[in-house]
Amino acid sequence: MINKLVPTPEAALADVPNGATVMIHGFGNAGMPAALIDALIAQGARDLTIVNNNAGNGDTGLAALIKARRVRKILCSFPRQADSWHFDAQYRAGEIELELVPQGTLAERIRAGGAGIGAFYTPTGYGTKLAEGKETRRIGDRDYVLEYPIQADYALIKADRADRWGNLTYRKSARNFGPIMAAAARTTVAQVREIVELGDLDPEAIITPGIFVKRIVKH
Amino acid sequence: MKKLDRKQMAARVARDIPEGAYVNLGIGLPTLVADYLPKGREIILHSENGILGLGPKPPEAEIDEDVINAGKEPATLLTGGCYFHHADSFAMIRGRHLDFAVLGAFQVSVAGDLANWHTGGADAIPAVGGAMDLAVGAKKVLVMMEHLTKDGKSKIVERCSYPLTGARCVDRIYTDLAVIDVKPDGLHVVEAVDGLDFDELQRLTGVPLKRLATAA
Repeated sequence: MINKLVPTPEAALADVPNGATVMIHGFGNAGMPAALIDALIAQGARDLTIVNNNAGNGDTGLAALIKARRVRKILCSFPRQADSWHFDAQYRAGEIELELVPQGTLAERIRAGGAGIGAFYTPTGYGTKLAEGKETRRIGDRDYVLEYPIQADYALIKADRADRWGNLTYRKSARNFGPIMAAAARTTVAQVREIVELGDLDPEAIITPGIFVKRIVKH
Repeated sequence: MKKLDRKQMAARVARDIPEGAYVNLGIGLPTLVADYLPKGREIILHSENGILGLGPKPPEAEIDEDVINAGKEPATLLTGGCYFHHADSFAMIRGRHLDFAVLGAFQVSVAGDLANWHTGGADAIPAVGGAMDLAVGAKKVLVMMEHLTKDGKSKIVERCSYPLTGARCVDRIYTDLAVIDVKPDGLHVVEAVDGLDFDELQRLTGVPLKRLATAA
């Protein structure tokens, strides 16, 4: 019998090694898997490469992981915010590496990572600093930039409901990066509000099919 | 001459958004446009984080932390609205499905180059968000900005000195002084505020402007 339910966030992340690439779901606080991030901090893995839209807000969640100096590199679209002080300080001190990626390119690179795409051409960023050094190509009457997929060792997702097969539903705009990150990581761990019986999720409403999910934690 | 204030600028942009349009409003000044969309028109606002049918800020008691806009402020979903993931959201943008993006700017060039994401300063931490996707993706890119910098220099320039967000992507510029179309043959003044004649607007702007037949 398939049962992806794991008893605690700590148990779900016990095997994260130093140097792992970890995608963290969320746009601001919407969709941010706070319990999983706290467990990752407690677990102690370091030299992490983090993929998120931002670089932490305030003192909790991703900001706390950065504050604990576990992050070597971050891929994101919008690091600088009024309350991104932990990232700002380490960035200015040269202690954290930043790969700045336009938001739609970030999303598509993650999607491509989960979809087995080798690379793709996007018009976004052509002629800007963020395309410097990248291959470009004129297709039809437009110029495009070649971008490569992003894959991860782990994806930490917050979803709303799950069943023991790992099928997930999300809540409102907290869906954001969840479905694409779930597909782009070798081990996807979902923190969910509620676990339901197999068959209780409307098959038409399942957003992330269980094939993309390895572990489920109720929190 | 009477400069438009921020609310008047927002109202001016809102007047040009037609019934049935799908629109993304950038963070900051463009967000104000939502408050002035004509009541009789059904206009659907898109939010990068995965919303079509974005509604206004809710009362304090109804705030739901899972419903936020691209600026991470509390928002609502209008009847008929929906949620989707980030790759779909940017497929809507990049795939030319949005009718309008309204963006703020540091500078716009005569050729329609847009600079709005980074000052390029040595100590500035760069952040781009969805600006580059909106610049290349929306069917029409409308820029909203003050005409002059604080020290009186035109923000409409021959070449942008700030790093570009997108090249040749701006269709129309709304400022506190004028509405200007960016066309292959240059900048066309659509209108200017009361009391500002073409010659004075030209003097303040620095780069060559063309008169539309209807312009002041």
